[in-house]
Amino acid sequence: MLRLVDIERKRVVTVTAVEGERSFRRRLMEMGLCPGTEVAITNVAPLGDPLEIDVRGGRLSIRRDEAAQIRVRR
Amino acid sequence: MTIAPRRVALLGNPNTGKTSIYNALTGSQAKVGNYPGVTVERRAGQLRDSPDIEVVDVPGTYSLVARSADEQIALDVALGTGSTAPALVVVCVDATQLARSLYLLVQLQELGGRCLVALTMTDEAGGAAPQADQLAAALGCPVVAVIGRTAVGLDRLRAAIIRSVNGASGVVPAPVWRWSPSAALAAQLATVRAAFPASWPASDGLALWALQCVGDDELANVPPAVRAAVKEAGPDSRVDDEAILGRYQWLDGIVAKLVKQRVDRRRTERVDRVLLHRGFGLIIFGAVMFVLFMSLFAWSDPAITVVENLFGKLGGAVGSLLPDGIFEDFVVDGIIGGVGSVLVFLPQILLLFFFLGVLEDFGYLARVAYLMDRIMRTMNLSGRAFVPMLSGFACAVPAIMATRTMERQRDRLLTMLVIPLMTCSARLPVYTLVIAALFPSNTLGGLSTKGLLMVAMYVFSMITSLAAAWILARVLKPLRAKRLPFVIELPPYRAPRVADILRMMWSKTSMFLREAGTVILVCTIALWALLYFPRELPANQPDYAAQVERASDPATRAVAEQALATAQLNNSYGARLGHAIEPAIAPLGFDWKIGVGIIGAFAAREVFVATLGVIFGVGDDEGSLRQHLAADKKPDGSNAYSPLTGLSLMIFFALACQCMSTLAVLKRETGGYRWPVFVFSYMTALAWVMSFLVYQVGSLLGF
Repeated sequence: MLRLVDIERKRVVTVTAVEGERSFRRRLMEMGLCPGTEVAITNVAPLGDPLEIDVRGGRLSIRRDEAAQIRVRR
Repeated sequence: MTIAPRRVALLGNPNTGKTSIYNALTGSQAKVGNYPGVTVERRAGQLRDSPDIEVVDVPGTYSLVARSADEQIALDVALGTGSTAPALVVVCVDATQLARSLYLLVQLQELGGRCLVALTMTDEAGGAAPQADQLAAALGCPVVAVIGRTAVGLDRLRAAIIRSVNGASGVVPAPVWRWSPSAALAAQLATVRAAFPASWPASDGLALWALQCVGDDELANVPPAVRAAVKEAGPDSRVDDEAILGRYQWLDGIVAKLVKQRVDRRRTERVDRVLLHRGFGLIIFGAVMFVLFMSLFAWSDPAITVVENLFGKLGGAVGSLLPDGIFEDFVVDGIIGGVGSVLVFLPQILLLFFFLGVLEDFGYLARVAYLMDRIMRTMNLSGRAFVPMLSGFACAVPAIMATRTMERQRDRLLTMLVIPLMTCSARLPVYTLVIAALFPSNTLGGLSTKGLLMVAMYVFSMITSLAAAWILARVLKPLRAKRLPFVIELPPYRAPRVADILRMMWSKTSMFLREAGTVILVCTIALWALLYFPRELPANQPDYAAQVERASDPATRAVAEQALATAQLNNSYGARLGHAIEPAIAPLGFDWKIGVGIIGAFAAREVFVATLGVIFGVGDDEGSLRQHLAADKKPDGSNAYSPLTGLSLMIFFALACQCMSTLAVLKRETGGYRWPVFVFSYMTALAWVMSFLVYQVGSLLGF
């Protein structure tokens, strides 16, 4: 099972599910990260965390442990 | 629910250019304040050239779904739940982020809001921007393309607002749904809707809102019947999946039809390649933060000196006009001194908000949070806390005001609670005096121990503030928030808009003067009175006033005046209070003189030095104050102040919240007395315990 945090940089993948507690996953989905959305990690912060991701043409930063809650498929 | 026929709410995601549009729509007339009970800023102004229409700026948000009272503001203002609804909601939609910024509009239409879209950033989107008329047809509401920077389209936007407001005439538009709820969800919606009070619109949109929000929340004003109905309907994550996916699927369809081209982000990516680089990025970051810090810490000094001198001169001039006596002292030392002690904060506030405005507009503030998040999160803080914490090294007052840039209220509160522990510049004169007077000049490994001691005090304050953040986040219930994703939007780089920045600087400053300034002024005058009255000395004291009268030459007269000032301060209510608290501070190694100094320092920490100067009868001659401190003896002949006393005193000043201006700003920013009282209590308790340990353990060890 693939998680967003395991995907190499610049590789476009599709979100299949967002896991975690209800308000947590609702927040991520409302920011545009819902199942079926294409997403890619575009950058990693100099200290290794957080990650910069491309969602719906915009750039968001999310933490590694948050990206670990997002299931994706290639 | 009633409708305010001439009110317009301005809604939108953060970074959509909403502030520019608000400023352009309202001109210079704006009222800034707080929503009652929460820490969210409320801004409202009159529509330019149509003063009967009021524009309310809703804090930037990605969704109307809310977990806390702070987040509920957006829904309350846009829909009028609990109060009055606006006649029209203007939704700022970023043309470069179409689907994500239209999400809010879809939510609002489900709730039956009358909407108008201001399509922003069309210049940036270029060929990727949708045609306004096509978008209007798809959304079923007027769309006006505007460019906030160049004011293109603003006249059309104003005209469209007036048209909509005049045409609204109290009719609530029918809700528009872009997706069809499943049978199961429809049944849940009906259950919840049935429990609504009469003051709520009985709409499925609001029922869905309640199903999504109520449950594990901190919302205000949700009737118990609605809570019970939501519980009965049995909400779960499937509600969220259905609603959010339904909205986004419709939006994706619209965007696919209207937008044929991807937004060009190459320029921002090129800049990011440098600014977020592992090497250069961190060096540039360090340089930017250095400039920010130095400007607050050192470069604001000339401006601060100008303010101080101005009020010194003003006091002197007014003093020479007034006859000697209590009234003169009240006007000069109480009022003019008090106003000066408020205005002295302005240089730092203006500078900090200038920097914050430029960095925010440019897009770098979000990158600072991105770069520093890894470090700050180890203390249960987020990257957004970095700039306010750094500013705390200069002064807690602007630093606490700077926490407004943090969108998560829990993070913001935690940051505000620990900022007063940072070594601010007002502690420096105290440390300088104590170190110079009470510590021997030694060297340790080639470095002066006095210098090392100063560095140690800085390190100490950093460790304590971070440790305090770590502990408070675990101990205090309001801070033990749910684990929510920490999502930062990294906006494209944009040129800062000077007019908007100046306006923001002015609004922060005027708010500080109006709300915190008055508290600081009153406290300054109260402290002045405490250390001034009573004027009559006890009968058994020498008649200093007669000595001043009799003095034949200026030198004798100065000595006599000094003695009179000392006698009067020592007899003041403040000094009596200093004597009264002596038993409480004796275990820390402090006598009543330091007690009086600590009371005086409440006006501002550096006043400690001046108060001690008067107590020892040396005025503002700091060199001679140092000698007196070093030479002062206890009744048994031993030194009154040892290096250990000095260390204990510095620890006390590092930890105690000896600053009413900080407390006044905390009261203003948290909207009540609860948190300033908490900060004062926890810091004073911490200071007492730590100084007690240092002094007692030090004494046992024979220092």
